Amino acid sequence: MGIAAQSRWWQPRWWQRWRSSPLGHSLGRDRIAQVALAVLLLMALAAVFAPVLAPFDPYDPRSIDIMNSELPPAWVDDADPQFVLGTDAQGRDLLSAILYGLRVSLLIGLCAVMLQALIGITVGLSAGYLGGRVDVILMRAADIQLSYSTMMVAIIVLAVFRTAFGAQLYSDLAVLMLILVIGIAEWPQYARTVRASVLAEKQKEYIDAAQVLGYGRLRIMFRHILPNALSPVFVISTVQVANAIISEASLSFLGLGMPVNRPSLGSLISSGFEYVFSGSWWMTVIPGLVLVVLVLVVNVLGDWLRDVLNPRLYKGS
Amino acid sequence: MTNFIFQRLIQGVIVMLVISVISFAIQDQLGDPLRELVGQSVSESEREVLREQMGLNDPLWQQYFRFLGRAVQGDLGQSYFYKEPALDVILKKLPATLELVLCATLIIALISVPAGVFCAIKPRHPVARAIMAVSLVGISVPVFLTAIGLIYLFSVELGWAPSYGRGELVTLWGGWRTGLLTADGLAHLILPSITLSSIMLPLFIRLIRGEMLEVLQSDYIRFARAKGISAQRVYFVHALKNTLLPVITVGGVQIGTLVAYTILTETVFQWPGMGFIFLEAVNRVDTPLLIAYLIVVSVIFVITNTLVDMIYGLVNPTVRLTGVK
Repeated sequence: MGIAAQSRWWQPRWWQRWRSSPLGHSLGRDRIAQVALAVLLLMALAAVFAPVLAPFDPYDPRSIDIMNSELPPAWVDDADPQFVLGTDAQGRDLLSAILYGLRVSLLIGLCAVMLQALIGITVGLSAGYLGGRVDVILMRAADIQLSYSTMMVAIIVLAVFRTAFGAQLYSDLAVLMLILVIGIAEWPQYARTVRASVLAEKQKEYIDAAQVLGYGRLRIMFRHILPNALSPVFVISTVQVANAIISEASLSFLGLGMPVNRPSLGSLISSGFEYVFSGSWWMTVIPGLVLVVLVLVVNVLGDWLRDVLNPRLYKGS
Repeated sequence: MTNFIFQRLIQGVIVMLVISVISFAIQDQLGDPLRELVGQSVSESEREVLREQMGLNDPLWQQYFRFLGRAVQGDLGQSYFYKEPALDVILKKLPATLELVLCATLIIALISVPAGVFCAIKPRHPVARAIMAVSLVGISVPVFLTAIGLIYLFSVELGWAPSYGRGELVTLWGGWRTGLLTADGLAHLILPSITLSSIMLPLFIRLIRGEMLEVLQSDYIRFARAKGISAQRVYFVHALKNTLLPVITVGGVQIGTLVAYTILTETVFQWPGMGFIFLEAVNRVDTPLLIAYLIVVSVIFVITNTLVDMIYGLVNPTVRLTGVK
C-alpha cells in the first residue's frame, strides 16, 4: 500500500482507500461487474437527464401527432429519421417515452426499496435487540406477510384502490401508490436479515461496554449495532431493487400501475403488446429489452456484491 | 407435534379472520348493494325502508358478523356481471388455475433438482456455468415478457403451440373440467406452464445449488466419503436429503407465489382461470367476485402454508422442539 500510494500521488486519497478495500479490489478484477456497473450508471444518467436528452416531451400532448403513429425505428426502411426508435400507437416518440419511462421505473424501484429498508431495519433492530414478546410478535407478522407473495398483495391492494378511487384519481396517485405498496409488502426480507445480524452482534463485548456506559437503547441500536449489521443489507438491497422494478413493470402491465399518458417501462410494453402480432414489434421489444438489461445489470451487481461481502458463499464457490 | 399443529391452525384462523375483515371493508366501501338490487327508480322513503329491512342501518359490527356468518356458509353474494353466486363463478375457474400451477410445479421440480445438484457438484464445469448464467438472465426477465416472447416465437413464427385458451376439455367426476387428458388440452398447457415455471426455476436452481454447496462442506459428508461410499451415493442419498429441507419451506411459500403469478400468465394467454376472472372483476368493479377471489386464494395460501409447516415439522425434528417450547 505504501509504495503504491506514493507512486500514484495524483490519485485522491478516497480513491486509494477504495482501490485497496475488498470491494474496490474485486471490482478491479471482475470484468463482468465493471461492465454491469458502467451500464447501470449510463442508464441512471439517461434517466436523470431524460428531460434534456429526450428529443420530445412525451407528457406534452401537443408534441404528439397521431399521424406519426406506428412508425418503425430509424434503421428499418420507410422510417422517419426524426424518431430514432420509432413511435408508438399514439404517435409518441419511443426514445423519449423510454427515457421518461426509465426515470419512472427507477424512481419507483429506488423509493420502494428505501421504504422497505426503513420499515424492515427498524423492525429487525427492535425484534433482535429487544427480544422477548416483541420479537415473537414482529417475526410472526413477518412470517405471515412473507407467506403472501408481494405480487398478490400488491395486485389486490391496487385493484381495490382503483375501484375505490376511480381510474382518474388513481392515475394521479399511481407513483405514490406503487411505492407504498411495493415498499410495504417486502419489509420482512430486511427485518429477517437485520434481526439475524443483530442477534450475532448483541453477543459481542462492545455492546456490553455501551450498556455499561449507560447509553440508551435507541442509541445502542442505531449508532452501535446498525453500522455493523449493514453489509447484508447492501447485498439484499440490490436484489430488492431489481425485484421492485420487475414488480412495478408487472403491475403496470396489468393496468394497475402507471397510466398510459405517464408510462413506465411496464406500461409501454403493455400498450405495445396489442401491436406485436401485427408486425409492430419495436413498441414491445425495445422497452422490454431496456427493462431486461436494467434488471439484469442490477442482479449481476447484486451477485457480485454477495460474493465479495459474504465470506460463507465465497468459500463455497 | 399436536401442539405445533394446533399453533399453526390458530394462526391460519387468525389470518382468515383478518382477511374477512378486509373483505368486509371492501364490500362496505365499494358499491351500494341497494342500488345493485333495485336500480335508480325507487323513491328515497322506500329506499330507507329497504335499507332498514336489509340491516344496512345496523351498527357495523353487527353487519360484519352477518357477513362472517354468511361467508362461513359459502355465501359471498351474487356476482354483478355473471348474475350467479360469486363463489360458484370462482370455483368453476379453479381447475384451470390449479392445473396450470400443477404443471408448472412439475416442470420446476423435474428440472431444478438435477440442474441445481449438478451445479453444486461440478461448479467449474462449463455446463454448470452456463446454467448459472442463464438462470441469472431468467431472474431478470419479467414473466409477462417471457410469455410474450414464447407466444411470438412458438405460436406466431413457428406455429408449434397454441397461444390462448384451454383447448379441448374432458369433464371428470364432480364437474372438474380437465385439459390434462386430451392432446389438444395438453398442447394448450405447454406455453402457459413453461411461462409460469420460468419465474421460479432460476430461483430454485440457485437455492438448491447454494444449499448443496453448503451441505457438501459439512463433516458428515467428509466422513461418508472417507468411509469409501461411492460418490453417487454420497451426493444423491446423503447430501440431497439435507439439501431439500430448506427447499421444502421455500417451495411451499413459492407455490402461493405461483398462484399470484397466474394472474399475469393467465392474462397474457387468456387462460380462463381464476386470475383472468379476477382481473376482469377488477375492471368491471364486480365487488362480490373480487371478494370471493380474495377469500378463495387466502384459503389456498393458508392451507398450503399450514401443510408445508407440518411436513417440515415431520421431516425436521428440530422444529418440533422449538414449536412446543
